[in-house]
Amino acid sequence: MAYRVVIVGGGAAGMQTALELKSRGIEPVIVERDIELGGKVRGWHKLFPTFVPASDVLFPLAQRVKAARVRCFYGQEVTDIASDGVTLRSGERIPADAVVMATGFTLFDAHRKQEYGYGLYDNVITSVDLERMMNGGGVTLADGTKPQRIAILHCVGSRDEKVGQRHCSKVCCITGVKQAIELREMFPDADIFNFYMDIRMFGPGYEELYREAQEKYNIHFVRGRISEAAETIDKRIQIKAEDTLTGRPLRMTIDMLVLLVGMSANYENEGIAQRAGLELAPNGYFKTVDNFLGAVSSNRRGIFYAGAVTGAKSLADTLAEASLTASAVDDYLKEVFNK
Amino acid sequence: MAILNFGYAISRPRAIDVDNNDLRKSNDIIAEMPELQACIGCGSCTASCTAAAITDFNFRKLHTAVRRGEYKGVYDELSKCMLCGKCRLVCPRGINTRGLVMLIKRKLGDF
Repeated sequence: MAYRVVIVGGGAAGMQTALELKSRGIEPVIVERDIELGGKVRGWHKLFPTFVPASDVLFPLAQRVKAARVRCFYGQEVTDIASDGVTLRSGERIPADAVVMATGFTLFDAHRKQEYGYGLYDNVITSVDLERMMNGGGVTLADGTKPQRIAILHCVGSRDEKVGQRHCSKVCCITGVKQAIELREMFPDADIFNFYMDIRMFGPGYEELYREAQEKYNIHFVRGRISEAAETIDKRIQIKAEDTLTGRPLRMTIDMLVLLVGMSANYENEGIAQRAGLELAPNGYFKTVDNFLGAVSSNRRGIFYAGAVTGAKSLADTLAEASLTASAVDDYLKEVFNK
Repeated sequence: MAILNFGYAISRPRAIDVDNNDLRKSNDIIAEMPELQACIGCGSCTASCTAAAITDFNFRKLHTAVRRGEYKGVYDELSKCMLCGKCRLVCPRGINTRGLVMLIKRKLGDF
């Protein structure tokens, strides 16, 4: 009989882990809180840095999971995990030979940075809202008109002690560059400004895209964090920042403010970790044994991690890591049960 | 009797006022040299600058200000540049900084 591995979370990490386990002759079971697979990538428009539609990745993944007849539980939340199974909110227990946590992250709630007016001003949106707009009816201001001047603010809910988010969310810089280019293509005559602290272009092709955004798409990059946004009487937004490269304060009125929201650790991590005896990193993500040879292993044998549950990751990194997780699970099962 | 001038006045705000700045010249400059937008503000130009070694000339700040539509005093300030071209040798983004000095002076000549 095949070994059974419960995967908590049916996003990109969970699906890829399931497929890799299946190809190794192990029986994966996915427990998904939502009513369908896909996780955070669902509803995303295009992916950096190549502008591949997100559905071109998600759809084949979900199809393969279906074709592989992976057993999936939908609308079920896992409240407790152990190396020999998981417990659902209903109290039901799913026994397993190993468990993979692939519950990803929680989007930073932009309301918490009240100084930017998200939820208060009509034309302050998040990067996620922008993706939904691009995926749906298109991008307009709240009154249906076209924006003439747009600002994109980096690091909202990242590298910010005031909201308890010390870490860098990694993917926002390149997302800001990608979205600036998409906005330029929609609004060729608009002024587009990216307000950044550092530009962190860590992946292949990212730096090249950044340079293209500057040189070819004429996106203005201003180094400085917007300190506050205020709505003007005509529903535009006045912003203040320091243009740190000239050493002077800067003020301007814009039509639309896009907040690049970061990745936070899930609130549920703490309880789950405490009850299962798992270690958390200071930022609330699950802590791996080490960053090198134990990058997908927890401090409890039989419990493994895949994807952004251990820290902010791009989709590409998540998919690559999920394969590694499957391999680590396979090694573990062979070692423990085949003796 | 006229009110004496006590030396108090309303200070002009120091902030860069993008709304009211005339960005046409800056757009012209960027259109002629789009790679200028690729500046990452590293300061290599200023670090290697002969003029900066002996005066407070700061080319990074100057051309950044020009891009924001701040032209006041820039033309005169640029006469500190001796066009030695060392900045061009070190720019990691390959911007023709020496040519940029000439370009800004040409565009701001009547400012």
